[in-house]
Amino acid sequence: MLLTVDHVTRYSYDRPVRAVMQSHRLTPSVFDGQKVRDWTVTVTDGIPGGAFRDGAGDRVQGWTVKGPVSGIEVRVTGTVETLDLAGVLRGHREVVPPEVYLVETAPTAADAALRAVAAAAMGTDGPLAVAHRLAAAVADAIAYRPGATHAHTTAAEALALGEGVCQDHAHALIAAARVAGLPARYVSGYLFADSDGVAHEAAHAWAEIFVAGLGWVGFDPANRCCPDDRYIRLGSGLDAQDAAPIRGIARGTGAESLDVTVAVLALQQ
Amino acid sequence: MTQYFNEMYQGGKVRAPYARLEDWMKAMPAALRTLKQAEAEDLFRRIGITFAVYGEGGDPDRLIPFDMFPRVFTGAEWARLEKGIKQRARALNAFLVDVYQRGEIVRAGRVPSRLVYQNEAYEKAVAGIRPPKGVYSHIVGIDIVRTGPDEFFVLEDNCRTPSGVSYMLENREIMMRMFPDLFRENRIEPVEKYPEILRRTLASVAPEKCSGEPTVVLLTPGHFNSAYYEHSFLADLMGIELVEGQDLFVEGEFVWMRTTEGPKKVDVIYRRIDDAFIDPLCFRPDSMLGVPGLMDVYRSGGVTICSAPGAGVADDKAVYTFVPEMIRFYLGEEPILQNVPTWQCGKSDDLRYVLDNLSELVVKEVHGSGGYGMLVGPKSTKDQVEAFRAKIMADPGNYIAQPTLALSTTPTFVAEGVAPRHVDLRPYCLVGERIELVPGALTRVALKEGSLVVNSSQGGGVKDTWVLAE
Amino acid sequence: MLSRTADNLFWIARYMERAETAARLLEVGSRIALLPSAAGYRNEWDSLLQASGNADAFAKKYGDPVQRNIESFLFFDRDNPSSVACCITSARENGRIVRTALTAQVWDALNTAFQELRQLERTPRSELELSRLTEWTMRHAAMVRGAIDATLLRNDGWDFLNLGYNLERADNTARLMDVKYYVLLPRVEFVGSGLDNYQWTTLLRAMSAHRAFHWAYGGEVTAAKIAHFLILNPQCPRSLITCAEGISGHLDRLSKAYGATTDAQARARAMVDALRVTRTDDIFDEGLHDFLSRFIREAAALGSLIHDTYLSGDMR
Repeated sequence: MLLTVDHVTRYSYDRPVRAVMQSHRLTPSVFDGQKVRDWTVTVTDGIPGGAFRDGAGDRVQGWTVKGPVSGIEVRVTGTVETLDLAGVLRGHREVVPPEVYLVETAPTAADAALRAVAAAAMGTDGPLAVAHRLAAAVADAIAYRPGATHAHTTAAEALALGEGVCQDHAHALIAAARVAGLPARYVSGYLFADSDGVAHEAAHAWAEIFVAGLGWVGFDPANRCCPDDRYIRLGSGLDAQDAAPIRGIARGTGAESLDVTVAVLALQQ
Repeated sequence: MTQYFNEMYQGGKVRAPYARLEDWMKAMPAALRTLKQAEAEDLFRRIGITFAVYGEGGDPDRLIPFDMFPRVFTGAEWARLEKGIKQRARALNAFLVDVYQRGEIVRAGRVPSRLVYQNEAYEKAVAGIRPPKGVYSHIVGIDIVRTGPDEFFVLEDNCRTPSGVSYMLENREIMMRMFPDLFRENRIEPVEKYPEILRRTLASVAPEKCSGEPTVVLLTPGHFNSAYYEHSFLADLMGIELVEGQDLFVEGEFVWMRTTEGPKKVDVIYRRIDDAFIDPLCFRPDSMLGVPGLMDVYRSGGVTICSAPGAGVADDKAVYTFVPEMIRFYLGEEPILQNVPTWQCGKSDDLRYVLDNLSELVVKEVHGSGGYGMLVGPKSTKDQVEAFRAKIMADPGNYIAQPTLALSTTPTFVAEGVAPRHVDLRPYCLVGERIELVPGALTRVALKEGSLVVNSSQGGGVKDTWVLAE
Repeated sequence: MLSRTADNLFWIARYMERAETAARLLEVGSRIALLPSAAGYRNEWDSLLQASGNADAFAKKYGDPVQRNIESFLFFDRDNPSSVACCITSARENGRIVRTALTAQVWDALNTAFQELRQLERTPRSELELSRLTEWTMRHAAMVRGAIDATLLRNDGWDFLNLGYNLERADNTARLMDVKYYVLLPRVEFVGSGLDNYQWTTLLRAMSAHRAFHWAYGGEVTAAKIAHFLILNPQCPRSLITCAEGISGHLDRLSKAYGATTDAQARARAMVDALRVTRTDDIFDEGLHDFLSRFIREAAALGSLIHDTYLSGDMR
């Protein structure tokens, strides 16, 4: 597919702040499933820092905005050609070994319930089958309901609640997969919501599980599928915070408010 | 009864390096000694060297006890130590470069993958990033104990930000002021070049983007930190700014410091704060001590951070076991300094041995430091041993055990006169474009009779450490 | 130099000057208390509290202004940020932070004051004469000041210390004079009376200036002479014009060293120029209180301009 993205994040401060610093992971990953036609990130009055590709293969770019500043806009626009690779992250270059993604973090800490999900999915039919069962189990256990959880809800809390959004699905799947001995990570990106309205969130998140022999494979429990050509992958991390497309901080006492709009459209070819 | 190696007396005779100290010791009447000790303490207090003990509260201006009896090495003894220390520092850095790139040593099966990649000190954020000159640990502190004339063992490595070097420098300064005659009679190698070499080492790892003389700063967590004195002392001797996180900011591709003349670009940061706190945009988001955006500048080559984030993966007590293997793997050499045999409680065979011999062993937490959370079996009561047994069984992977080493003793001034007390040794190896070691170190001494714990937080003191010129 | 270092140096000076002011207040209070003819020493002690700007805080914690409590409050009290103990501790802490910008002698002076303070705090109060406390403070303030003058490089750090000293001293002098006018003598018919003169003398004592005053002016103590001495006389070390000249001079030095002129410099120079052409009559025409209030505001504005220019680290 040929997908266009227009993603705008507006930060406003009730009192001007002295400076804003941000770290962006806002560039589509380089792998066989996607090819960038054009891509631009702009920040109001922003000074770009040095850009680099990190050990996980993500393009990272720092930005700073000199104060006093009462608001900024981060705008991401571009066009990406995507292929359906059935979730397999083929041709992606990275240095970090998969074992690193076995480490538990606070939002992905496993409790008894998550360990039970992992135990139920175990089997002798290979890691790929286990991964599929885990993703299905998480999709069954957590119903999609926006507003039920918040940014700091943990995997265990979301599972206990039985409701959540894509971040909670991804965290729960990652936690359970790690218990099952499978390296797993959080992926952030975009999703094209087609006309039948199946997909929920344009700024989206899912999980990747490392399957020996196949490499990293994406699973999106929120949509009960593996990422295909409707998905654009940006970056990954141990959990949502670690994989955040934008991490930022403002120097000053002004309170921040946030407004995000994302449009992902398919172009006629 | 364990025999301890006495570094001054062997078979009733004075060993060569201490030859001239016996007369000095005998010629000093108790009254003069008391006077000198008071003078030394006064000097320390006036200079401001004090040591706040972690987690103990109490007097933040407490002095670390200084023992005036020096500890002495011959030039030949030191030459061998020096070779061993530098060898180890090279291997540790080679290991760090490797595990953040291809991980050859893990692929070759020489170090278990889990120990490296699931280590909490492994920083995914710096994987694939090669620091300038391939150096991660620029100041390697190696804790060494001696058990015999030629027997030296490495107790642990400190690749992050080893502290205490200010005592090495101040102890010497104070000894020279109080006993100038000793320095005339003995040919003692100077240590005073340490700050200059440290500064040169730090400048030698400036990023490629830096043209001209690099600006080096020392980043401290602040004046409430127990090591603040050392930070300020070192910055002063190096002639560099002592900065806190709030004094630095990121703009564009570089890090800048706030000065009275406007922003000034910073090229090398000698940081004395932990990885987790250096950048809230990369590590702990709640950190107030760090510099937001610093890691992006570091990773894109705009600034060098010393030690490099992630260096800690080489110095935990479980990885320690594999340092001899690193020396063979990267350098193709045999280790000059030996490791202490170590049992990993995380391994079931080792655990069984440890639990069966608990009262003979020293048991430590893998990530512990400062002499806390450890058991010295032979020096502990039965109840203490049993309480520790329960802790190990609850979380075996968190503990390692070592035989109780017969730490050497050196003469030390005590209330009754002079008596042997156990000592260890911490030299500071500097790694930049070159590897350098000043002929001296920090000697820590367990002031309590019979005690083997030398940590200043546990009643240890310090001594001046001499290396005699050949 | 780091902006934060400049800020720490600036505050070392301000705290030392403030400690000295607290001790001066105690000194003069104790003298009044010794005089049998004083118009009720309790009243005088109270006026001293007013002068320190802390009467409310004192009343809340201690109630009646009896000497022992006032000693506690102005010297030892850690809840009173202007007490000698607080000021010395803060000055030393600021000094500890910027050890690398001080000479050994300056640090030694600050640290010795702090270490001795801790001994004083452990000494039973019955063994501490008030005169010992005030002399102790003056001595250590002088030792710090002396170490600064004798040993410190005449670099930008020295300028920031002196900016702190001069700004704090200008503020203290102006406030002390202002308090006299409104608090010590509220009723207009007392102006020029013996009580009035006595109170002016008390204030001169508070500023260790009363002998200097007599040498300079002689004869009767009048409000006009005192105003001239403490505001317009460049020979008086605590006069407003002396402080303003000090501020202006050090800002000029900084500007020269850094090769950049600043707004702070221009404002300080304007302040000096205005004082140079002011006559005592002008001050009384405007009203002493109004004049002093205006000066205090202008000095504070200058202080914050100096902060924005050099100490905040936000200047580009």
